[in-house]
Amino acid sequence: MTAALRLPETSDRRADRGLGIQIRGLSKSFEGGPSVIRSLDLTIPAGQFVAVVGRSGCGKSTLLRLILGLEEPSAGRIALSGGEQTKRIMFQEPRLLPWARVADNVAVGLSRDIGKADRRARALDVLGEVGLSEKAGQWPATLSGGQRQRVALARALVSRPALLALDEPLGALDALTRIEMQAMIERIWEAQGFTAILVTHDVGEAVAMADRILVIEEGAIALDVDVDVPRPRRRGDPALAALEGRILDRLLRTGA
Amino acid sequence: MADSAAIRSLPGRAEAAPKPAARTSLDAGRLLPWLLPTLVIVGWQAAASLGLVSTRFMPAPLDVAAAGWRLALTGELFENLWVSFARAASGFLIGGGIGLFFGLANGLSRLSERLTDTSLQMVRNVPHLSLIPLVILWFGIDEEAKLFLVALGVFFPIYANTLHGIRSVDPQLIEMGRVYGMNRRELFWRVVLPGALPSVFVGVRYALGIMWLTLIVAETISANSGLGYMAMQAREFMLVDVVVLAILIYALLGKIADSLTRALERACLSWNPAYRNT
Repeated sequence: MTAALRLPETSDRRADRGLGIQIRGLSKSFEGGPSVIRSLDLTIPAGQFVAVVGRSGCGKSTLLRLILGLEEPSAGRIALSGGEQTKRIMFQEPRLLPWARVADNVAVGLSRDIGKADRRARALDVLGEVGLSEKAGQWPATLSGGQRQRVALARALVSRPALLALDEPLGALDALTRIEMQAMIERIWEAQGFTAILVTHDVGEAVAMADRILVIEEGAIALDVDVDVPRPRRRGDPALAALEGRILDRLLRTGA
Repeated sequence: MADSAAIRSLPGRAEAAPKPAARTSLDAGRLLPWLLPTLVIVGWQAAASLGLVSTRFMPAPLDVAAAGWRLALTGELFENLWVSFARAASGFLIGGGIGLFFGLANGLSRLSERLTDTSLQMVRNVPHLSLIPLVILWFGIDEEAKLFLVALGVFFPIYANTLHGIRSVDPQLIEMGRVYGMNRRELFWRVVLPGALPSVFVGVRYALGIMWLTLIVAETISANSGLGYMAMQAREFMLVDVVVLAILIYALLGKIADSLTRALERACLSWNPAYRNT
């Protein structure tokens, strides 16, 4: 059991499915340049939905890549509970293989030692979850931008990850598609209980989706707030709007 | 009510009307590329029959067809055609294979590229047909001479385009593959090679043109069989119709090679909207 890392606010089910993260004294600099991340401490309980916001170049994407192990820390350490579990990332671009059909693209997310028939069944299954069952045999080029991003989401989810990292995945979508995708990601997260880290520019998106919001400034955590508005959240809820205003104030103040 | 009935009946009518039109326009569309060649041949025949051009220098199409029939009956035509085809194909496979190998190796390995690319680029800038005198000295007029020249000519377009194709594979896709746990082999077969394929095909089509050019030049200068040799022999005896026949066969062979490549492209690159309906 992962009892040591289970924090009081997470239910048992969440703690079992998700990945807990402990970061101590983390620093990162690229080839002798200035530090992008400066001695950062952070604990993310298993199953939490964390949004990371900040200005461009504040180090939020680097933090995500460090957590995923795509970059090596310059100092400090990152401990993941249940370390061998799957971690998946969804990028800003869909990054689908144009020469593989939709179902095969989803199957890219599966471990290599799963049999062919099983791979296909699981890919179709998760395509159903994102509402694209009927597109399984199509080429990615025939899909709309929002549909491609849903395929990318299906690819990230098909291996039932314990940690899903979202690197501004909705930034390139139009406003309505974005709201639909937010609801879809939230719904799947609630059903599956993985730990989610969402990096975003859009404070409204962060407030609508996350349990907790981190504002990163110059490689350190400037603000760490819990969003205790119950789900399902209604767009335009005054409590959410107030929180969004508070975070935006903070971001704008430091920019001036 | 009446309105909705009218609207419902509309799609049916709209479908019924353009259908025959679409069929005929499809047939016309198929034949359209052949309209110009047909007109040229008809005009050419007319000009020859009316005595507008001297058949001593430009035989009429019917004479060319007769020459083709004559040579087909003796078996000479097919023998030479087969010899040329075998030379072209084997030279293409050898040169193309080596080009593909170096293109892949240099696209995937920095070390291999630093080791060989400069040398290959230097050799590339020598026009390969300028080697004909040297090749005759080395190989005489045997098969090796033709194979060598065709392979050399075909090598570079395939090498350069394969290398370029591998270089231009989207690095974001490669990163995705790594993050999603692909090992080097999987990355090559599932991301790099399919990504480079459109560019490889550009190289293949370009190489096919060079293949014919090289072979014909080599056969007219130094050979004792093949289409080019047949044309040169005919020139000696002033058989203009056979010379023109050989040229027309080149045109036809070029078209066939191009069509085959297109069919292959359509089969391999059907994911790419640019190749779906060409």
